[in-house]
Amino acid sequence: MTEEKHVLSILVDNKPGVLSRIAGLFSGRGYNIESLCVAETMEEGVSRITLVTQANLPLVEQIKKQLNKLINVIKVFDMTEAQYVQRELALIKVTAKPENRAEILRIVDIFRCKVVDVGMDHYTIEVTGDEGKLTAIRGLLKPMGIKEIARTGMIALFRDAK
Amino acid sequence: MKLSGAQILMKALKDEGVDTIFGYPGGAVIDIYDELVKTDIRHVLVRHEQGAVHAADGYARAAGKVGVCLVTSGPGATNTVTGIASAYMDSIPMVVITGQVPRGLIGNDAFQEVDIVGITRPCTKHNYLVESTESLARIIKEAFYIARSGRPGPVLVDIPKDVVNMRIHYKEPAKINMRSYNPTINPNKRQLQKVVSLVEKARRPVIFAGGGIILSKASEELTRFARHAQIPVTTSLMGLGAFPGSDPLWLGMIGMHGTYRANMSTSECDLLIAIGVRFDDRVTGKTDAFAAQAEIVHIDIDPTSIRKNIPVTVPVVGDCRAALTTLNEMLGEADLNGIADKRQKWFARIEEWKALSRLAYQQGEVIKPQYVVEKLYELTKGDAIITTEVGQNQMWAAQFYHFNQPNHFITSGGLGVMGFGLPAAIGAQIAQPDRLVVDIAGDGSIQMNIQEMATAVQCCLPVKVVILNNGYLGMVRQWQELFYDKRYACTCMDHAPDFVKLAEAYGAVGLRATTPDEVEAVLKRGLSNYKDRPVIMDFVVDKEESVYPMVPAGAPITEMLLV
Ligand SMILES: Cc1ncc(C[n+]2csc(CCOP(=O)(O)OP(=O)(O)O)c2C)c(N)n1
Ligand SMILES: [Mg+2]
Repeated sequence: MTEEKHVLSILVDNKPGVLSRIAGLFSGRGYNIESLCVAETMEEGVSRITLVTQANLPLVEQIKKQLNKLINVIKVFDMTEAQYVQRELALIKVTAKPENRAEILRIVDIFRCKVVDVGMDHYTIEVTGDEGKLTAIRGLLKPMGIKEIARTGMIALFRDAK
Repeated sequence: MKLSGAQILMKALKDEGVDTIFGYPGGAVIDIYDELVKTDIRHVLVRHEQGAVHAADGYARAAGKVGVCLVTSGPGATNTVTGIASAYMDSIPMVVITGQVPRGLIGNDAFQEVDIVGITRPCTKHNYLVESTESLARIIKEAFYIARSGRPGPVLVDIPKDVVNMRIHYKEPAKINMRSYNPTINPNKRQLQKVVSLVEKARRPVIFAGGGIILSKASEELTRFARHAQIPVTTSLMGLGAFPGSDPLWLGMIGMHGTYRANMSTSECDLLIAIGVRFDDRVTGKTDAFAAQAEIVHIDIDPTSIRKNIPVTVPVVGDCRAALTTLNEMLGEADLNGIADKRQKWFARIEEWKALSRLAYQQGEVIKPQYVVEKLYELTKGDAIITTEVGQNQMWAAQFYHFNQPNHFITSGGLGVMGFGLPAAIGAQIAQPDRLVVDIAGDGSIQMNIQEMATAVQCCLPVKVVILNNGYLGMVRQWQELFYDKRYACTCMDHAPDFVKLAEAYGAVGLRATTPDEVEAVLKRGLSNYKDRPVIMDFVVDKEESVYPMVPAGAPITEMLLV
């Protein structure tokens, strides 16, 4: 059976140890985590974990059921089942030699990114977008020499209120 | 009213109806013990914390209540892990209270500090570190609720010493309101309707029932269902007693050491109704070949059990008893006239399988272990509560003791923990003081928690231990015989203590049988006397007897090695 990417949005009680229950579930049962992102929601005491995993259909069903079984999990949404918007933020520190600076700024402009830090020989660029955009800009900056990248992991919301 | 954490804990336990605690004291729980002895809660002082957890397990199963343990921090807590893991796999309702170092010391590698919440996260249904005295009453209430509701399981509550000592103004905990925990009890009626139509049309149906029937107290409903719809029944190890072993519809246990007819009929059925089971690999063998011709109905309260190992035609999430009650109502209206006729061919087929291979052994010069279990069954008329250790002894108990009622077979099914049977028997005996409780044991396993003999003697418990003494870690030896060319690597246990003297050293009674003609006399003497202390009966049995039938691990369950 083919494996597909699934974006799970998990509402949890904001209590100590909840993240480790979820991480432990995935490691203990051999499920894969591609990225994971946690923050509070509007509602006090509730956090949202956005987790990206690769799995075939029966397995992703099992993953969702196992998540729901955790006492601190309030609700699990599989974003992949409907229309959703996704974003990820990356900070890219790219080597900025004098001869490259203009080219880098052009790329930043086209991708509507921001330069958030400038050094003697680098720019740090903030990029927000979906996975495709992040991959694309990385590809373009690579020839100049990427020193470091930090990524947040994906966050997502359904398009229609659900 | 100002109360200390320890007083609040006692109040909370009383509110939950706790009358017995299995435990072992230590520095971190000394204040709790100081309060505990002022209450009328009975404390059973075990000799090892693992014993406390298995005893609470046996108690929970025999009493149908939540088992409770109390142990200290650090080593006391880590000693409970095996017992908790066993209770988790067998879905036994249990609350384990562990002491913890004071809050200010947590994270400092303090003396006897261990992150027991972290350690037990994957083997508890849920666990808590109590962070304030104010939250203690609520947490205890939630812990019992979680332990006993839905699919039951162990819940651990870790209480720092200063939380216990702090005095606060006590407030009754509010009604439990957990929006993140709402087990589905009542199954979807439309799904059940589908089950009814499948039952009506099936030519070769089989019911496969498990521990869920016992946990949800659904044996009567199951029996009514099977008899009314004329469907033969097999069970998992955990399900033994869920359906009467004397009923003509009984197929025997399924799986690796199941009966030939149970495995064959499961493989050839056209409808498999699985209720309160989780399709363990010891049941299914090779999953692709399991019930390959059947439409499969799976009723279970835990959605993760459904479609985890086996594809299912009709999934039904809900409590087994609720589901069976509704099914029985629906079937009452359905047209089942002539259903018995319709099944004639199927029943005839099953009879053929039965004739082809029965559970059997040849009693010769030396005592056969099966003979001991069979005699035990005869002498107790099948009425005893049987606990087991793990290995061949466990399988012979399952095969040759026939269970007609639920909660009479108490075994570590999912984890298979050696050393389970004796402490579990202690717990069961405390829950059912007037019943006969027998631990069917192996010579290896019994040594894993033998120290609990002292507990049984101290509590004047008439627990009977029947050791099937083959001088081997027999089940492992059997695998070595069959699959490793008889290379008996480290399974010979010829340096065992003299169990008769050992019993006497503990202040218990020790008896021994070495020849077949002594078996009955020893059993009779051991079972009918000594009402105020435990008895060990040491049966020196055939060293190399094996458990048959057997399905090699991973093979289809039809590929059985027969006697
Ligand atoms: C705690 C633990 N350790 C190891 C095992 C592996 N094991 C399964 S059965 C068995 C042999 C048990 O020997 P004994 O108690 O003498 O029972 P027999 O099979 O001989 O009846 C062993 C070692 C286990 N199940 N549990
Ligand atoms: Mg043995």
